[in-house]
Amino acid sequence: MTTAQTDRFGIFGGRYVPETLIPAIDELERAYDAARLDPAFNAELEHMLRTYVGRPSALSDAPRFSEHVGATVWLKREDLNHTGAHKINNTVGQVLLARRMGKTRIIAETGAGQHGVATATVCARFGLQCVVYMGEEDMRRQELNVFRMRLMGATVVGVSSGTRTLKDATTEAIRDWVTNVNDTYYIIGSVVGPAPYPRMVRDLQSVISREARAQMLAQAGRLPKTVVACVGGGSNAMGAFHEFVPDAEVELVGVEAAGQGLDSGLHSASLSRGRPGVLHGSMSYLLQDDHGQVHPAHSISAGLDYPGVGPEHSYLKETGRAEYVSVTDDEALRGFQLLSRLEGIIPALETAHAVAWIASQKGRWKRDEPVLLCVSGRGDKDVAQVSQMNIFGS
Amino acid sequence: MASGSVTISSEAFPAQHGIAERFAALKAHGRRALVPYITAGHPDPERTVALIGALEQAGADVIELGLPFSDPMADGPIIQASSQRALELGVNFDRVLALVQRARPGIPLVLFSYLNPLLAGGGDALTRAAQAGFSGVLVTDLPVGSDPELEARIGDGPLAFIRLVAPTTPAPRMREIAEHGSGFVYLISRLGVTGVRDDLPAELPETVARLRGATTLPVAVGFGVSRPEQAAAVARIADGVVVGSAIVRAAGEGVDQAAKLAASLRAAIDTATDTA
Repeated sequence: MTTAQTDRFGIFGGRYVPETLIPAIDELERAYDAARLDPAFNAELEHMLRTYVGRPSALSDAPRFSEHVGATVWLKREDLNHTGAHKINNTVGQVLLARRMGKTRIIAETGAGQHGVATATVCARFGLQCVVYMGEEDMRRQELNVFRMRLMGATVVGVSSGTRTLKDATTEAIRDWVTNVNDTYYIIGSVVGPAPYPRMVRDLQSVISREARAQMLAQAGRLPKTVVACVGGGSNAMGAFHEFVPDAEVELVGVEAAGQGLDSGLHSASLSRGRPGVLHGSMSYLLQDDHGQVHPAHSISAGLDYPGVGPEHSYLKETGRAEYVSVTDDEALRGFQLLSRLEGIIPALETAHAVAWIASQKGRWKRDEPVLLCVSGRGDKDVAQVSQMNIFGS
Repeated sequence: MASGSVTISSEAFPAQHGIAERFAALKAHGRRALVPYITAGHPDPERTVALIGALEQAGADVIELGLPFSDPMADGPIIQASSQRALELGVNFDRVLALVQRARPGIPLVLFSYLNPLLAGGGDALTRAAQAGFSGVLVTDLPVGSDPELEARIGDGPLAFIRLVAPTTPAPRMREIAEHGSGFVYLISRLGVTGVRDDLPAELPETVARLRGATTLPVAVGFGVSRPEQAAAVARIADGVVVGSAIVRAAGEGVDQAAKLAASLRAAIDTATDTA
């Protein structure tokens, strides 16, 4: 099998990277394709997911939110995972792969800090050196996650170039990888980057929809009418969509961050307002100006604050298999409060975008139609930030 | 022995005669190419035009002119900062072409770019670049095999297609890369990003030898080559010496500083090949 067959999702994806990285990416692809077919690797991964991450994650009914929306909403509870988000599904898999490949040093980029924490966590668990790149702006917004990473022995490197957010942290991580490629494994945190990362991260995150599909059949007695997930780079959404893609009757909806509004220029809605381009190793929808310069993204949630998006989402958009919508900062803040008040579940600000979109769609579903919401993470990390915003009035 | 004194006049090898011809002429005289890199629009567009002329005067054989990009993942701090500065001044593809038309050097220019701003230049970008006076193109993040259709279009276009080889590239892939390129092969001397370094990697001669076994194209070496003695060492084993960050840093201080550095690199390269 040549790599050309698995490199792309339609025209999207590929491996647009400096030549120095090509042998490492070839090696990674061979190692991953061997591992994913190896029963021993899968048994080890399953064991870790069960005994360390705490999977399977629950599928919760949401009676009061359902009443509010006028549909039957089910919550896939990735917030209940160890470290509080879906990110660890990916880092557990990749760290096992890194060990299998004999790599001793792990690097990662992080935006909200959830992927950084999930990476620092598995590195502590396996005694591997860990360096996390994080934009200085995000370090300020997510101070506690910086502390968590350091507590677990990771080195957090502040990135002061560009917009000082996830985009620049990713660029800096790639620079580290080019420099230390022989002993270093780069754990990318989303379904982005050069092939095989988008496919590999999707596979590792698709445990979300593998469980959720079976849980829906068992608990709701049917498949969901609609699956809804927030999209930054898009890993929780790919994970939540993947097993439902062949179920043509199941709608897939990705919710992007509209920031201060799609026409404000301050948003992260790559699929809604970008056009195809190349950033960080793959061809996908991208926020950019007329000259191909990457346009800074904006979102209230650091985890969605990224100008690109995973190439498979671009493909799902182009083929019409998934629909992509967007929600503003203000709407997301209301979603944050809504799920907290109605269900006693404080969602991550990222997840709150998906919550807000569902809440805005009253009348779209019949009362008994099931809607599956991926609760990508818990909102504890965002409480300090939101508490400064005077959301209860004075 | 006397090759250092032979002048390769610009008139004899005008830019449109291309990069391969320039390297062939140098080789015939036992000389090596000096290939400085500058970021277009740094420190400002006016001085970019002046720099092209000054570098040619100082003995450059080919100039790599960088189209600035917002996210230069293969570049170190000096070229990152120069790109940022150029973007703040509103430099874009069309303005780079306008600069080149004004500069009209007698030596070949290579358009050095990341893929995305080049794609934004449109389907006729390379034709327009050739018309403006470029002789070659190098795309940092378009490795051989990554996008065969696009690579074929560039390869069939009007510009020489300079491809990169890394220290990590295995010999069979070196052959494949060389087969898909023209002009010269750019050998990245070391792992990592562009920047000023004090040493040269110990395994560089071995890597050059491996590449020589894979291609007959001229080999130019860059990444971390900044001082005259490093340039001299590279000149003893390669056909060309690429100096980027050090020239860009000097250009930030002034056109004269960059020209002075280029002249000292030129002298070191010629002395090294005279005594070889």
